[in-house]
Amino acid sequence: MNTIYERAALVADAAQRMGKHVYSPGTAGKITEARLEFQKKSPKLATLEEAIRRSGLTDGMTISFHHHFRGGDKVVNMVVDKLAQMGFRNLHLAASSLSDVHSPLIGHIRNGVISRISTSGLRGELAQCISHGLMDEPVVFRSHGGRGSAIASGDLHIDVAFLGTSSSDPLGNACGYSRSPNARSICGSLGYALPDARYADKVVVITDDLVPYPNTPNSISEHDVDFVVEVDSVGDSSKIASGAIRDTKNPRDILLAQQAARVIENSGYFNDGFSIQTGSGGASLAAVKFLRESMIEKGIKASFALGGITAHMVRMHQEGLIDRLIDVQSFDKVAAESLMTDRSHKEVSSCEYASADEPGSAVHYLDVVILSALEADVNFNVNVLVGSDGIIRGAIGGHPDTAADSALSVIVCPLLRGRIPCIVDEVTTLITPGSTVDVIVTEYGIAVNPARPDLAARLREKGMNVVGIEWLRDKARSIIGRAAPLPFGNKVVGVVMNRDGSVMDVIKNIEPADD
Amino acid sequence: MGIKNAQAGTLESGDILVRISPNDGNGIEINLDSTVAYQFGAQIRSVIDSTLRELGVDSAVVYATDKGALDCTIRARVTAAAVRATGRDVWND
Repeated sequence: MNTIYERAALVADAAQRMGKHVYSPGTAGKITEARLEFQKKSPKLATLEEAIRRSGLTDGMTISFHHHFRGGDKVVNMVVDKLAQMGFRNLHLAASSLSDVHSPLIGHIRNGVISRISTSGLRGELAQCISHGLMDEPVVFRSHGGRGSAIASGDLHIDVAFLGTSSSDPLGNACGYSRSPNARSICGSLGYALPDARYADKVVVITDDLVPYPNTPNSISEHDVDFVVEVDSVGDSSKIASGAIRDTKNPRDILLAQQAARVIENSGYFNDGFSIQTGSGGASLAAVKFLRESMIEKGIKASFALGGITAHMVRMHQEGLIDRLIDVQSFDKVAAESLMTDRSHKEVSSCEYASADEPGSAVHYLDVVILSALEADVNFNVNVLVGSDGIIRGAIGGHPDTAADSALSVIVCPLLRGRIPCIVDEVTTLITPGSTVDVIVTEYGIAVNPARPDLAARLREKGMNVVGIEWLRDKARSIIGRAAPLPFGNKVVGVVMNRDGSVMDVIKNIEPADD
Repeated sequence: MGIKNAQAGTLESGDILVRISPNDGNGIEINLDSTVAYQFGAQIRSVIDSTLRELGVDSAVVYATDKGALDCTIRARVTAAAVRATGRDVWND
């Protein structure tokens, strides 16, 4: 005979050797409720206040947010207002980026709720106040790839992530879109939120469309989610395509776009199967339109388009000109909807997108990137963060990541913006090192990094107007005169991290203008 | 030289709106609001001042709202405003 009763001693013996208990059936019976009803009692469902309380958040901890709703974001203000109401102090706000809509944070910095900020960018009134010295601690700026790396390595440890999503089930399977008829918002890719979801100690998913389980295919997995909070609105999707993203009608931008497209066509990288990314500036987005024409004409197809995906990219994908779309951030509604419906339109986290530490991150396999700039200098260094008036007014984004890892980085930048020279002796703030920048396209000529004589030769051969970068600087100076030095103070208001985790530059405070 | 209220220019990017009014012989007073005040405020004031003086205007209150105009644009707008303010057509007279 070999019954379980007779094996009991052996079971106890095995358990002891493994350091385990012996199984006991216990007294709790099966839960027999129908599951559509039962899931409504998911232990993860909570109000925002309950979620914050149960997360264990305490003063001084780090909270995080993503910026996929861009100018339409409602989550940062909603959560920080609640934290202020609940009496939290000294929090470190680590957002993937911040913009004009986040000016209410100024009050929360003044009253001590927020004492540190990490972000990719700052705009509007908040940026202005911080530039004038609002905070005691400098803001830490990282690129998107740099932020992904810092979160994965533990350099940027997140205690509680508050992630706005357009749909979630009661267990936390969540997306930047909703397939239900009650969909209230859409932002597409949640790429910048995925490292937070994976690595934060506690994850609070905030959604404006609570859908039945299972909300698949999902971006954020229930495995990573601790709380699910339903709210009226997480963001205004109509404002996603605002801020830096615009479809240009400016004739100078169109000229720059044409020139950039010609540089790429003649660069040696414009071959069947090439890969491409564009930044968010008007001219770099418009360059795609011109490339499309050449691709059709020459029968060239791209293997993938990367990055901020736009309606232009989606159309070229649908036309068969781009095989795959790799999307860390959907730049407009068309892109967001395509991500929802098209299996070849892949969502990636910022780590898979642009981390320097991940050999497989997409930027490593990128041929060409077209980027904009606030300023470039004679050493090909680029600044996309701090305005020529010394006030923070932009975002690092993926600029240094893509410039460093692509085979060809093309910066599109007018020689002047109004009276502001864009080709200067030294950039106001170092964001993208000159060693990673290959070509700078202006309306007065194209400067090629001396480290790329191959490229200069190819462009000259095709009759393109290749000029020296110093000549461009002198040309700008001859038109606008010499600028007076900016009235910088001695307080450090910002620290710029390189994507490898080193400190690359600091931003000093600037006095408010008299006029 | 007697002048009345006049203006020239626009608030478009790259332009400057110049408004001129009398100052009762108290010299040229320039109130400048510029998007590039840090770097070019002094230069813009000097261009406005010298343009007016070259046109024989040595007493006026000037309100200038600058959107990053180049010196040539500033001179043109100041000249046009001065012509309207003084009634003296410097291009034809």
